[in-house]
Amino acid sequence: MSQRFRTAQGGRVDREREIQFTFNGKSYTGLAGDTLCSALLANGVHMIGRSWKYHRPRGVMSAGSEEPNAIFQVEKGNRTIPNARGTQVELYDQLDASSVNCWPSLDLDLLSINSKFSRLMPAGFYYKTFMWPQSMWMKYEHFIRKASGLGESPRELDPDRYEHTHAHCDVLVGGGGVAGLSAALAAGRAGARVIIADEQSEFGGLTLASKARIDDGEASQWIENAVAELQQMPEVTLLPRSTVFGYHDYNFLTINQRLSDHLPLAERPASREKLWQVRAQQVVLATGAAERPLIFANNDRPGIMLASAASIYSNRYAVQPGSRAVVFTNNDSAYQSALDLKAAGVEVEAVVDARAGSDSELANTVRSAGIQVINGSVVIDTAGRKRLSSVQVMRLSAEGSSVSGETRALSCDLLAVSGGWSPVVHLNAQSGAKPVWDEANAMFRPGEPTQAQFSAGGANGTLDLAGCLQEGAAAGNQAAIACGFEASTQPARAEPIDSQAILPLWLLPSPYTPGRGPKAFVDMQNDVGAADIALAVREGFKSVEHVKRYTAMGFGTDQGKLGNINGMGILAASMGQSIAATGTTTYRPNYTPVSFGAFAGQNLGDRLFDPVRKTAMHAWHEENGALFEDVGQWKRPWYYPKDGEDLQQAIDRECLAVRDSVGILDASTLGKIEIRGKDSARFLEMIYTNNWMKLEVGKGRYGFMLGEDGMVMDDGVTIRLAEDHFFMHTTTGGAAGVLAWMERWLQTEWPEMEVFLTSVTDHWATAAVVGPKSRAVVSAVCDGIDFSAQAFPFMASKTGTIGDVECRVNRISFSGELAYEVNIPANHGRFMWEKLMQAGAAFNITPYGTETMHVLRAEKGYVIVGQDTDGSVTVDDLGLNWALSKTKDDFIGKRSLSRPDTVRKDRKQLVGLLTEDPQTVIPEGAQLVDDPKAPTPVPMIGHVSSSYYSACCGHSIAMALVKGGRDRMGDTVYASLAGGRVIEATITESVFYDKEGAKADV
Amino acid sequence: MFLIECPWCGLRDETEFSCAGEAHIARPLETEKLSDEEWADYLFMRSNPKGAHREQWLHAAGCRRYFNALRDTVTYKISATYKIGETPPSEGKK
Repeated sequence: MSQRFRTAQGGRVDREREIQFTFNGKSYTGLAGDTLCSALLANGVHMIGRSWKYHRPRGVMSAGSEEPNAIFQVEKGNRTIPNARGTQVELYDQLDASSVNCWPSLDLDLLSINSKFSRLMPAGFYYKTFMWPQSMWMKYEHFIRKASGLGESPRELDPDRYEHTHAHCDVLVGGGGVAGLSAALAAGRAGARVIIADEQSEFGGLTLASKARIDDGEASQWIENAVAELQQMPEVTLLPRSTVFGYHDYNFLTINQRLSDHLPLAERPASREKLWQVRAQQVVLATGAAERPLIFANNDRPGIMLASAASIYSNRYAVQPGSRAVVFTNNDSAYQSALDLKAAGVEVEAVVDARAGSDSELANTVRSAGIQVINGSVVIDTAGRKRLSSVQVMRLSAEGSSVSGETRALSCDLLAVSGGWSPVVHLNAQSGAKPVWDEANAMFRPGEPTQAQFSAGGANGTLDLAGCLQEGAAAGNQAAIACGFEASTQPARAEPIDSQAILPLWLLPSPYTPGRGPKAFVDMQNDVGAADIALAVREGFKSVEHVKRYTAMGFGTDQGKLGNINGMGILAASMGQSIAATGTTTYRPNYTPVSFGAFAGQNLGDRLFDPVRKTAMHAWHEENGALFEDVGQWKRPWYYPKDGEDLQQAIDRECLAVRDSVGILDASTLGKIEIRGKDSARFLEMIYTNNWMKLEVGKGRYGFMLGEDGMVMDDGVTIRLAEDHFFMHTTTGGAAGVLAWMERWLQTEWPEMEVFLTSVTDHWATAAVVGPKSRAVVSAVCDGIDFSAQAFPFMASKTGTIGDVECRVNRISFSGELAYEVNIPANHGRFMWEKLMQAGAAFNITPYGTETMHVLRAEKGYVIVGQDTDGSVTVDDLGLNWALSKTKDDFIGKRSLSRPDTVRKDRKQLVGLLTEDPQTVIPEGAQLVDDPKAPTPVPMIGHVSSSYYSACCGHSIAMALVKGGRDRMGDTVYASLAGGRVIEATITESVFYDKEGAKADV
Repeated sequence: MFLIECPWCGLRDETEFSCAGEAHIARPLETEKLSDEEWADYLFMRSNPKGAHREQWLHAAGCRRYFNALRDTVTYKISATYKIGETPPSEGKK
């Protein structure tokens, strides 16, 4: 039978449920409750991948989220997951996993040749080697990506669904080990609303692999009882398979819950992941501690793993992680691993302890179990190609700085390593605290919280079971009390453990010449060795953040969880300073990688959160073949092609129809704001550049709004409906900004003004009826209005009815034609539109879109704010000084019009351009130069802001902003285009059509 | 994500607000009498402190009121919010 390394009994796996899976195409059997890694180890598979730079064989290093090596491509096709940590992938039937980063296969990796040349590939190798010539980078990159890539991203659409949810709670507990469970119990019993999340499938954390006792029973029984009690509490939410991955401001935390990755593909429900966005009053961080390895030559061979991982595989997964083990440690906790391995039937060759000797109870138990303890010694090298075969041990000098004496070889296929423990301070650090170095215990402890937060248990540097239970209960009580509850849960009891001090060791002394010996890896995922860190320091990198980026230490999918603290210790030693002075790199979200799907949630494809705004006549436009253009959130008709017309043909037809007869444009999207109150006119005096006090009721006026810097911000026509009542039009895109802008002035600067603003953009549907026949059309549709030129002059506004619906008609023109804008309550928009179409049929009324609107206004030289202006253009630059009041003392932006910068003589000014070849249209945005043959860099004198072919003029026309342009009429300039193409044009005034304005004045 | 106390609506998520920059910059009266330097000072110069910063916020997706907040630019803690026209509380006061 397979699973040769499955122990006879024990563990939390279900021996009744065998599970088939494949690894690199080969079929294996595991058990329910296994992870991918435990199942592979049960089958004796230790080499599971290759390292990314040197392609060295690598094995399983850990049993948790810190895993750097055992990362897999899980599944193929549209559900493929790159870089899944095999230590956390729960085994399911027909799971398909393969190694990442080996070519052509795991056993025969041709790129392992890199390993032979490792001395030629030091830190910063890519920076140094592939920098020059720059043009070659694309070629290098192709090769490097292929050689060094980790997993492959999916190439097909993700078939799964992802959800978002928001939650509020009194106490959020991050981590569901015994400390977290104790905290949740204490807070839950007090009546607090609690969310407890843990990344594993089962609550219990490391204690799931412990044989310790809690409250006179087995620890696993206590865990089971705790979970059962929590499940009974209506205000407690338990989230297994859920990682608290981000800790943001104001106790806002993000949790990724994995709903279906543990199920066979065929049994998966619709939703794969749920992203929780939680606002918590109090947070308890019970994220545990992670063991560190020790750094010695060839410390990366398959068969070398953390001592705690060896215990977890033995106790929780009932797997022998080797046949013959050596335990190598600088602290007491690994002695437990020696006992766990022995109990699992693994022959334990020796415990190698760097310390002079430990006589803790645990160490004595190991000795009395007949296990050899070699004190005051360290592993200096290892042997074995695809699996560890032996380790070499030497004596450590008393002060710990050198090794001496005979080299002693110990035969083994498992080396369980412990270099001490690092509290998982990630969330504490993300929340804004600065981790604090504890020299005596050789660990970074969580820093002073900057938010309402407690750390408990391993996350707080408390490593014994009794302490975790106590701190968890205390944190839960305190968190509940801080939320206003009464809480007094007593902690569960466990035997205190007597342990002796750790001997902090970073880079172990070795008999090799520095930099010449075999590699000692600090960051296995990025193949960063101790020598690389020393090299970075020699090359002048002093900051831990710089060393990280130069060596790549701490990058990758594991973000340095395993190696970073050792790396900082080695860096501190290389610089001859303390670890406290060296500090850590910045801990940022996400704690572990989160799928893009989780972040996107349901905001996919056309279901984006950004709303789509459609006018009341949208359906008519669709039915009549309009193509649409996005203007802000609005969908506006762009043009209405007929009988296979292309864009230009359609525009030519639409333009000529307007100029010769009549056209109709949906103008509903223009911003509309009602302004009421006795100070409305006075307010407009400040907002606009021109005069408003004397505007007659029933008349409108065109105005510019400036920013306080004097630059054009928005424009439009505002109509006086009554003494104290105005109706403002803004640009389509500027509506929301203008409203907020005016509200700000009213609320913060002129609160004494009695003015009320109401956005009514969506309340009105607007049709612009434009052209010589427009009067005939509106006269036929709108009742109760005298449309004669005398009664209804330009810029007048009148109300009437269409059928029995009230409408408002404004005689405004953005085309230079006789034109009327007909407004009706939005629900009647289509009714109005169809009435106008019927009445216009006799004149071949032609619907037109934004493109024709742009051409028509450009023929008249009318500017569009945001196209012909860009926030650096003044009214004077546009040549529209008539719009600036000469009589007002003040308006917003007025003082800036005499700033030195705004009165410069060489400012860019709006002019027209006529191309030499009438058919050639200059691309908008093109840069203008005086002499295209001038040596580079050629001085640029301006740019083209609007450019079209005008069928009415029979000529290409353009508007441009040119330095000192108004004094350069008739000059020749050149539009300089990509690829060396040049278009010759002449500067003209910016009105191209009906210069006298006769057409609107009828 | 900040939790911001709108003086009109109470505690709300930051997504409902937009920040409008430094507060208590009064628009000068008689702007035409100002020198270029004085006008530039009003127009461009902002304090950019490390620590307590008085700033204007708009409850854009709420009551649409502007109000002032005293926010620490290092810790991001908003120690007070107050209505326009009210005297700012002393810096750092809870």
